[in-house]
Amino acid sequence: MTANTATRLSRRSFLSGSALVVAFSLSSRAFGQLAGGGEGGAGPAVVAPTLPGSLKSSPILDAWIRIDADGEVTVFTGKVELGQGIRTALIQVAAEELDVPPSVVHLVTADTARTPDEGLTAGSHSMQDSGSAIRNAAANVRMLLVREAARTLDVEPAGIDTDGKGNLTAPDGWTLGYGPAAAALSLHVEAVANAPLRDPARYRTMGTSLRRVDIPGKLTGAPAYLQDMRLPGMLHARVLRGPSFGTRFQSSDIAAISSLPGVVKVVRQGDFLAVVAEREWTAITALRKFQDAPFVRTAPPLPSGDVAATLKALPSRDIAILDTANATAPATLTVRASYSRPWLNHGSIGPSCALARFEDGVMTVWTHSQGTFDVRRVVAELVGLPAEKVHAIHVEGSGCYGQNGADDVAADAALIALDMPGRPIRLQWMREQEFGWEPLGPGMLTELEASLDAENRIVSWKHEVWSNPHNNRPVGAGGVIAGGEIATPFPVPEGKPIPMPEGDGSRNSNPLYDLPNMRVTYHFLKDMPLRVSALRSLGAHLNVFSIECMFDELARAGGVDPLDLRLAHMRDERAKAVMTTMADRFGWAGRPRGDGIRGSGMGFARYKNLGAYCAVAMEVEIDRETGRVAVLRAVAAVDSGQAVSPDGIRNQIEGAIIQSLSWTSREEMTFSPDRRTSFDWSAYPILRFEDMPGAIEVHVLDQPGLPFLGTAEAAQGPTAAAFANAIADAAGIRLRDMPLSPERIKAALGAI
Amino acid sequence: MKRRTVLTALSTAAAAGVVGALVFLAIAWRAEIPAVAQPKLADFDPSTVRQGAALVAIGDCVVCHTAEKGPAFAGGRALETPFGTLYATNITPDERTGIGNWSAAAFRRAMRDGVSRDGEHLYPALPYEHFTRVTDADLDAIYAFLMTRAPVPQETPENKLIPPLGFRPLLAGWKLLFLHEDPVLPIAGQSDQWNRGRYLVEGFGHCGGCHTPRNIAGGEERGKPFAGGLAEGWDAPPLNAANRTGHPWTVDAVYRYLRTGMDAEHGIANGPMGPVAHGLSGAPEDDVRSIAVYVASLLERGGSKADNPPPVDRESQATREHPEGAALFAGACATCHGPGAPMMAQGRPSLSFVSALQADHPRNAVQAVVNGLPSAQAGRTALMPPFGDSLTRAQIGQVVAYLRSRYSGRQPWTDLEDAVDEALNAEEQP
Amino acid sequence: MTITLNVNGAERRIDAEPATPLLYALRDDLGLNGAKYGCGLGQCGACTVQLDGKAVFSCLLPVAALEGRRITTVEGLRTLDKPGVLQQAFETEQAAQCGYCIAGMIMRAQALLDRNPSPTETEIRAHMQPNLCRCGTHMRILRAVRRAADMMSGKLASLEGGQ
Repeated sequence: MTANTATRLSRRSFLSGSALVVAFSLSSRAFGQLAGGGEGGAGPAVVAPTLPGSLKSSPILDAWIRIDADGEVTVFTGKVELGQGIRTALIQVAAEELDVPPSVVHLVTADTARTPDEGLTAGSHSMQDSGSAIRNAAANVRMLLVREAARTLDVEPAGIDTDGKGNLTAPDGWTLGYGPAAAALSLHVEAVANAPLRDPARYRTMGTSLRRVDIPGKLTGAPAYLQDMRLPGMLHARVLRGPSFGTRFQSSDIAAISSLPGVVKVVRQGDFLAVVAEREWTAITALRKFQDAPFVRTAPPLPSGDVAATLKALPSRDIAILDTANATAPATLTVRASYSRPWLNHGSIGPSCALARFEDGVMTVWTHSQGTFDVRRVVAELVGLPAEKVHAIHVEGSGCYGQNGADDVAADAALIALDMPGRPIRLQWMREQEFGWEPLGPGMLTELEASLDAENRIVSWKHEVWSNPHNNRPVGAGGVIAGGEIATPFPVPEGKPIPMPEGDGSRNSNPLYDLPNMRVTYHFLKDMPLRVSALRSLGAHLNVFSIECMFDELARAGGVDPLDLRLAHMRDERAKAVMTTMADRFGWAGRPRGDGIRGSGMGFARYKNLGAYCAVAMEVEIDRETGRVAVLRAVAAVDSGQAVSPDGIRNQIEGAIIQSLSWTSREEMTFSPDRRTSFDWSAYPILRFEDMPGAIEVHVLDQPGLPFLGTAEAAQGPTAAAFANAIADAAGIRLRDMPLSPERIKAALGAI
Repeated sequence: MKRRTVLTALSTAAAAGVVGALVFLAIAWRAEIPAVAQPKLADFDPSTVRQGAALVAIGDCVVCHTAEKGPAFAGGRALETPFGTLYATNITPDERTGIGNWSAAAFRRAMRDGVSRDGEHLYPALPYEHFTRVTDADLDAIYAFLMTRAPVPQETPENKLIPPLGFRPLLAGWKLLFLHEDPVLPIAGQSDQWNRGRYLVEGFGHCGGCHTPRNIAGGEERGKPFAGGLAEGWDAPPLNAANRTGHPWTVDAVYRYLRTGMDAEHGIANGPMGPVAHGLSGAPEDDVRSIAVYVASLLERGGSKADNPPPVDRESQATREHPEGAALFAGACATCHGPGAPMMAQGRPSLSFVSALQADHPRNAVQAVVNGLPSAQAGRTALMPPFGDSLTRAQIGQVVAYLRSRYSGRQPWTDLEDAVDEALNAEEQP
Repeated sequence: MTITLNVNGAERRIDAEPATPLLYALRDDLGLNGAKYGCGLGQCGACTVQLDGKAVFSCLLPVAALEGRRITTVEGLRTLDKPGVLQQAFETEQAAQCGYCIAGMIMRAQALLDRNPSPTETEIRAHMQPNLCRCGTHMRILRAVRRAADMMSGKLASLEGGQ
């Protein structure tokens, strides 16, 4: 992987590399949040607002696509592979609109020296941002190639076609390869908004389930991850802190650690400490020696109340999300309920890792952060180098599902490398460090109140949500742990809400349903008692859970079918189609109904009301004696707009269903006043194979030619609600506080 | 002896045998108790059902009466005994395969006398030696709880016992020897809590079922209550002064151990004790505390109340004695159990406090290394991987000998190899 | 000290502390990437390799314990022209998302299929229990193991087809 990229780099000269750098340096934080995956970050400035996707900020075609003399295509994206299959999907998009076989497309992912800055790879934005950009850039390039051929043959462009194999063709049998055609062209031109897109009826690549290009290497032990990188002269490092963010081990004898055989150095910068060794195991042994000491808490104590008490005690800034007034029939029935979610860990299987090398005044950082360009900003500020002296390169890591330790560990590695010029430093956090230090998915609380009239129409809807910011992605040194430890520390920036329509804690608090008299309030809590940041789907997990549980609570109170109640309040035809498809495939009409043990439930949302539509139904069976719930089967329907890879979508939705089941039914970061106490997989159990559903089916509603809709996070909320609703249906117990654990279910069931 | 004399003697013996058998069968014969219609939830007072639920958590019926991953109480779990394999029965109220048509009287008789509703003798794997000491009111509550569970139709497999033990009337003889009706009456001068604990421990909790040694016929040795026994290849440690620990047991420590499955000064409930602690985590807090009060009093009998000794860690001596064990420990164990391991900053037990390393026999220490700590059902509990597939017999012996030397300060174990063989051979059974 | 390891059928000599877990010897001394560091505690299975045919956690296996024993990693399941049956089945089922756990999954599944070529669904799930996946690829992994088992026992003629 790395070697491969390196050869390609040397083979291709950078025709317009300097132009790219100029374009990037125009970026300003004032224009942030336009790309950036909807999670803030320091996204690039918009310079061409009429263009689709990330062409808005990088409109020059050769920033995205280059074609060499052999017709080989290199596509550049500022997004990164996180295991979601984006690499393959973007290759498909480019191949389709260029009309070449996917095998000739080489994709370069985020690299501050090579690719456009597309902000974060987050928020299910990659297809919308980069997919749309590459699709239109490819269409532009194909248009230019066709025009060039038409000019050569002196015919109308309409007389030129492409054959899907990288050739331009004319009806008389004339053909010309893209390579020679491109050689006569400059792609260093701005894209136009209306380049003709290929006719969906003639698609060759998009809409097919092209096998993932990254999978074969992952199955055979090829170097597929940042964790697998080995550079000549590389040293291994471990960071020395405390068992939990905001603590320090009080190790008195650092000299003893320095003098362990094989230890090269103990790096100290203010309170930042790390051990560097020739061998990885030596570094770990030294770390354990350091940890054989009591620890102290250096930050205020962690809260001791439950989620609701903790959040409600914090000062709130109230943000009105929706406030509508309509005349309706009088309410005849009102349901009030409160729902909550605890703090969650991202739980990456591979703890965060980074490589850094400081050589000839340039800091190179290899990172699996979702914000490669943000890593450059963070590292530059942290080590005191101008941004152009920091080169950040994305290399795939273990799945992250939001901001795990990736950004912190990249900063840690850079700080160590700065102290050891010329030596590449490989730093991987330990399992307990990832659990103890990473930013958590925030704990959240909602309170809902809704009323039905005599005809079972909803006549009022009130939704209040309390949450910390989910948007603490670092854009400067203050955002990473090391920034607060160095001799002259950087202040932690104040958390800010992400405005709607994307939202953070407020994400999806605005129902897609057609409801009157809506009052939705976001109690934004800037003070964070635990270190938190983005976790897959942000506030949508709890907000959708709350809305979709409330629909079922209303349906039960009103004696109406939960699906009927939803359809009766939905105008969006695509939403309806997703729900009815799910219902047909699941057999909703003839579903098993609550008999004390078995039952069925559903949940629906359109992610952010902007992304993919997703409905999930599941059938559960409860063991009343243990409280354990077996999900017998789950059925989902999803509309992602034009489906680039239906199997890629299915894979994402299946995974989201399982992950959300794990969050919703088991997970909770535990802590005591002095530390986080979930430090390994025994204290933070996630679902294992024996907990898996009997079957999961995902049905993709294809929408040929329609815009891409972000999908990867779409099932988190609907799954959570379907699970709670199925339990309520099965046994008549309504659990509103996550995790919906066997212990809580057993307690709710009681002995009778 | 002449031929005739022999014949006479034989026929006399045969006659005596026939008479004896007839007398025996008369004793052994028990009447069927008529079937009743399956009771309904409404037949019971809800508070009685709740009381039954609490008792069932303490008696942990679900552990034996549930097959691996099977429905609760529906039976089918294989119980390996020295006499063959028994299958726990279905005690859900299914009328055909469970106890759906048992009356309360039939249920009481089964629990008291070990006799099924149809008059058949039950094997003492059902610990009626203890259940016979439970009050009528409690037995009725347990009955009420079981009869209000969801009925599960599930046949119980046939037992596989060595001949002639499949002949159930023989059990009547066993009962003559070992089943003693003996209600647990309060002892004056002891607290109510202690007396409640004693009633639960001796009765439905049936702790002696494992913690009291058994004789060759499988009966509990009444002369040696709580002197320690064997269960599924694990030692059930003595619950008396012979109990070896790094720290003396206290009421709080016993309570924590029973309630959470872990006490930082004694270790983690493993082997067959794991499910017991899991069951007690859902039992009434007062009852578990009462049990702790009584058990702690047994443990302290004759024991000293010395201040807690400092943790033992004789690293250099152990390394000298067992260099191979030391290297194995450093690579396989220290990452969790060594100084500076993450677990140590989280209040998990130090090995110097783990009772299995202090015991007189290495069985439990070896079992823990070979089989690890399985994750409890859906629980947030300790999790230790098994080493039975990764270390050889010799290596397991080396590492356990090292652990004993480093963390106990007691005599080396002499029967370590046998314990390793026993554990590994059991693991290799399909 | 110098230790000889038998890895994927070849004798490999490494110079390491006797306590060094096999995981680090494989990755740092032998340049094999399949076994991954996930927890170092034997709780997640990302580091799973086969030792004398059984699936074990290489993160808790000191090299001193390994003289004369047979170690197989995911790299040892295939030759260049002949990918292992399980690897092919994982490819056919597209049974990976981030894939960090997958080499460990394959090695654990291989140990099952070596011992029991026709496992039931329940047996597969029970056997795979020690290995964690966070992306939620479990259903595909189960399908891939089933596919490989069917292939090995001749129930399935081809590994291709169907996803």
